[in-house]
Amino acid sequence: MRTSLHERPKSFFDTFERKDGDHTVTHYCPGCGHGNVHKLIAEAIDDFGIADRTIFVDPVGCSVFAYYYLDVGHVQAAHGRAPAVATAVKRAHPGSIVICYQGDGDLAAIGGNEILQAASRGEDITVIFINNALYGMTGGQMAPTTLLGQVTTTSPLGRSASREGYPMRVSELLASLEAPAYIARVALGDIKSDLKTRKAIRHAIKNQMEGRGFSLVEILSPCPTGWKMTPPDAAKWVLETMTKTFPLGTVRDCAASASASRDGAAGTGAPREMTGRRAEVAVREIPRLLGLTSPEAPTGQTAAPGPAETRLHTIRGVPHGVSRSVSRSVSRSVSRIKAAGFGGQGALFLGALIAEAGMRAGRAVSWLPSYGPEMRGGTAHCHVIVSDGEVDSPLVTRSTVLFAFNRPSLEKFVPEVVEGGMVVYDASLINDPPPMPGLEAIAVPASRLADSLGAARVANMVALGAWLGRTRGLPLEAVEAAMRGKLKPEVVALNMRAIEEGRRFVLQGGAAQGATSSGATPAPGGAS
Amino acid sequence: MIVVNGNGTGRRAAPRLMKGNEAAIYGALLAGCRSFYGYPITPASELAETAAKLFPACGGTFLQAESEVASINMMYGASSAGERTMTGSSGPGVSLMQEGISYMAGAELPCVIVDIMRGGPGLGNIGPEQGDYFQIVKGGGHGCYRNLVLAPASAQEMADFTMLAFELADRYRNPAVVLADGFIGQMMEPVALPLSVAAPIARPWAVEGTAATRRNLITSIFLEHEALERHVRALQFKYDKAAGREVRYEEIALDDATVVLVGYGIVARVLRRAVGLLRERGIKAGLLRPMTLWPFPSEEVRALASRARQMLVVEMSTGQMVEDVRLAAAERCPVGFYGRQGGMVPSAEEIVERVEALQTGSGAAEVQHAHVAA
Repeated sequence: MRTSLHERPKSFFDTFERKDGDHTVTHYCPGCGHGNVHKLIAEAIDDFGIADRTIFVDPVGCSVFAYYYLDVGHVQAAHGRAPAVATAVKRAHPGSIVICYQGDGDLAAIGGNEILQAASRGEDITVIFINNALYGMTGGQMAPTTLLGQVTTTSPLGRSASREGYPMRVSELLASLEAPAYIARVALGDIKSDLKTRKAIRHAIKNQMEGRGFSLVEILSPCPTGWKMTPPDAAKWVLETMTKTFPLGTVRDCAASASASRDGAAGTGAPREMTGRRAEVAVREIPRLLGLTSPEAPTGQTAAPGPAETRLHTIRGVPHGVSRSVSRSVSRSVSRIKAAGFGGQGALFLGALIAEAGMRAGRAVSWLPSYGPEMRGGTAHCHVIVSDGEVDSPLVTRSTVLFAFNRPSLEKFVPEVVEGGMVVYDASLINDPPPMPGLEAIAVPASRLADSLGAARVANMVALGAWLGRTRGLPLEAVEAAMRGKLKPEVVALNMRAIEEGRRFVLQGGAAQGATSSGATPAPGGAS
Repeated sequence: MIVVNGNGTGRRAAPRLMKGNEAAIYGALLAGCRSFYGYPITPASELAETAAKLFPACGGTFLQAESEVASINMMYGASSAGERTMTGSSGPGVSLMQEGISYMAGAELPCVIVDIMRGGPGLGNIGPEQGDYFQIVKGGGHGCYRNLVLAPASAQEMADFTMLAFELADRYRNPAVVLADGFIGQMMEPVALPLSVAAPIARPWAVEGTAATRRNLITSIFLEHEALERHVRALQFKYDKAAGREVRYEEIALDDATVVLVGYGIVARVLRRAVGLLRERGIKAGLLRPMTLWPFPSEEVRALASRARQMLVVEMSTGQMVEDVRLAAAERCPVGFYGRQGGMVPSAEEIVERVEALQTGSGAAEVQHAHVAA
């Protein structure tokens, strides 16, 4: 172990090749605390033998150039964000030692939330927090840590509690959280203080090596230039003035006995489960874990020819994908379906089930929900397309089929239904439907039939059954297969009974309102 | 299905019906993405929710950050550490990320951001909109940088373009954005996913806490003016290279088109239907769908403008991409604009009306010059 602070540690570069100008002197001002802290960190890195696995997160401020000096991996972070950056670095490489270095403007002002949240999550990182009571690099402006009465370039009259508020005690603030393992405030200024600082830094790094979680060392550090003082006066000001506002000591130490901590936080001293540890998974297993399986033949019919346009996907200069010239006269059967009702009536599920069943039957499908506040108590509707060719627009603006489960939905969407289109509505809930000239209206008492099965919530399935009974728009086995992928077996059985009720109702002529104006029966399901 | 990336050439699984937002997460995991850092926001929340379920199960990290500011900086850390990383958000959240995106471009860190656009400005609403084109395609953060921007128009493309975005992000060491809207994110369509995970790529520049990477440094600061100019020019060299190589677009029925519709995302789907309806009415309409918004298919627009009688740009905004189309068309033919906003999506029938008005000349002047037409 090294006994002098003046001997250069091995992980402190001999010459500063990344620096512009003179490579033999640091860019720090005489009497600045950063150089000493860098050396204490480098010495600990040497002594612990962790130089290869240390990743240093450099802040914004004078110490943005810590990478001139420390011979370890470096990631330079945006102002205030070092704890967020460090969080992800550590989670990506749990075996690394991540040291986050920040000043007081960086950590306590702009980065207040990042440090608070990283500490609260108990990230396994070590934070070195330099408190010099102002912004150094930008020329001595007020920081959250500026003392009452202290003159800075942005508190020219001296900080006043009534104008600028009180200095922020970051260590005490963070110690109110559950997760941090170690929080201590130390100072630079004389040999005794420097040695305590050395000890705290080593403890905070050792904690991370042992997987104890979040450690932070707040270091009261001189800034003679910002304070407009000589280096000896600055050192004296740290110890005699700053410490009155920022008392020194260990604020939290879960590795030590309760009595050793100022806040009395008890700790077992045992390393806890590490924050953010990943499960061991072989990458080639991921497709299986995602439930991906090889394709099988679709249920029921197969897909019809592709779209009626010539399409070409291109990466500039390289035709990519398939150019298809299908006769534009090819007719396609397309069902454009809208399902609507109050939230909770299952209109969205009905639509999703039709889409899923259509896909399983080898047809092109899309499902587009109304989303957001409508789902929380208002009406909900969805657009579903089931097509023999590729789905162009997933929006249903002219529907061929409408399922309506309440009167407002029926009134709202009937005008959109194409001539000869079909409207399936719950006649148990809508007993005075609006006129629907030119449309085939199927009034199915869906809620009553669902009640007869002992489950009002399957009214949507009764309505589906009515449509299937009238049109055979989808094979029943595809509908059942779609359900099996989404629901428990007993619910599938109930839903299939509900579909059967709806089918039987229609097949027995129960809904015989027919097309109310057009004489001929339109194409079932309304091919457009 | 289009083959758009290195992981798209292999065998695909049986299609599954899923939301565009879910598809993006599946695509990411199959692209070898190891971490998702995000914050909930409608209509993008299924990204975080699906990631929360699937990333840990696949041995990756999901972390709900304290803000989008933290999310993007966590991605900065993850990418610095050498892993594929992503986030998903919507306009207001992406606005908060702009500083971090600029830092990542400056530090040459790849990442993927999925932006599911909603109505703005301000809190706006959660309906689908395309008002983030400017903030994503033109920048939004400070300094001279570009995002690589992909615009999916289906749930399948949400998966495919997310995979492609990872590939492009790594190829150019730069953020890539999958720019979609609330409808593309929320709608379900069949999605066929690859049955294998993309092979990892070497990132010798990353900081991994190893002897081999100990001298690596990730930073965007270049204090000397000459040094920063060299850096910015090196970035631009990269962007020029991408502009020459990465333009992707889809053409529909353009061979004989006299009316060229231009739109991306959900609008392009509506325009596809409009093209069909217009052809039924004997109007020779075609569609150019940019699949990359940056780089933009400017040469293709220029060529089309030389032979078409009329172009019509349709967006769910007051006109953002139209500026790029007009710049490229360079007045070779009239470029009209039709936009809806606030969560309103134009219908194919509305488009047909607009085009017919242009054909008869009755609405030409109005449409060509109106930035807002309703």
